[in-house]
Amino acid sequence: MARTDVQLMLDVKAGDEQSFALLLHRYRTPLVNFLYRMVRNREQAEDLAQEVFIRVYRARADYVPSAKFTTWLFRIATNLALNSVRDTRHQRMEVSLDAPVTVDSEEGDERPLDVAEKNPNIEEHLVQEAERDMIRHAIDKLPEKQRAAVLLHKYQDLDYGEISKILSCSESALKSLLFRAYETLRVELAPLVALRAKS
Amino acid sequence: MSCTRMESRLLGYIDGRLKEKEQREMEKHLAACPACTVRVNEFRSVGSLLDELPQIEPSAAFDVRVRARIAAEPVKQEWWSWLGAAPRVLVAASMLLLATVWVGHRPADSTRVASSDGDESQIMQDQDLPVLENYDVLANFEPLTELPQPVSADDSSEQEM
Repeated sequence: MARTDVQLMLDVKAGDEQSFALLLHRYRTPLVNFLYRMVRNREQAEDLAQEVFIRVYRARADYVPSAKFTTWLFRIATNLALNSVRDTRHQRMEVSLDAPVTVDSEEGDERPLDVAEKNPNIEEHLVQEAERDMIRHAIDKLPEKQRAAVLLHKYQDLDYGEISKILSCSESALKSLLFRAYETLRVELAPLVALRAKS
Repeated sequence: MSCTRMESRLLGYIDGRLKEKEQREMEKHLAACPACTVRVNEFRSVGSLLDELPQIEPSAAFDVRVRARIAAEPVKQEWWSWLGAAPRVLVAASMLLLATVWVGHRPADSTRVASSDGDESQIMQDQDLPVLENYDVLANFEPLTELPQPVSADDSSEQEM
């Protein structure tokens, strides 16, 4: 039977480095994705995810399983992401309209699209990518805390209690935050929803 | 239930996290309110759109970099951990400690223990210690042997008679 996160962390505390490798393997992808969606930069997201794991490792001696491991992990990640977003806000630039169109940007293959490529689904692929950009842009436009709340709620399968602890707010404040965020997304994505309803 | 109150429960309803009573109230309201029904459907559509964003995989270098940073972390040691790491030092330190305790507690002079004269004689002995230390010198000091012998108490009484 697989050891729980808490058991693994207690083993790390006892000096078992292999348990830390298991935690790294378990949470590297969700953590990098959460941070990538927060900061919109893969390299920065990976740097921040590294920092999260290092902080967890450094805190191993003082670890007490008073809360769920994921709450602790994503709390560190959220704080780092919010600080990073605030620090780099002035550097963020709108994507230039004449920037080369790319494909598979989420898979990490950001090569410019070769239109001459013999791809029968090229138009479909372009439409799909444009729709994804629209969704990403709608998420990006949310205030940082609302964005973090939506990402934790939608992609990390955490309950309201956990998310409210991560964001250091009450559960009712979180519900209100999430409602405002989804309401903004509903308005922003209304054209896409309407388009889907027609097709 | 009002539309405003419905708002606070809307996400819980979509997530299936409402209590049974709240769920029934919500369904009753939605059956009578087309505007809220549209909103619930739109929220669900937004949720489906968010599901369409693909996940990214961390780069191949990610794990390597994390492991390298972990390896570069200074080893945190408790104050006593060096003892565990060096058993010889532990043994030597224990022996030194035992020796110190033994020396500190052993009787300084065996004659003190053996003495049965009590505390008073012990104090006198301590006071005469410099004389006792020079006992051999005094005992073998020839000029002292030529001195007249002290008169004992018995002798003096005989002279009075």
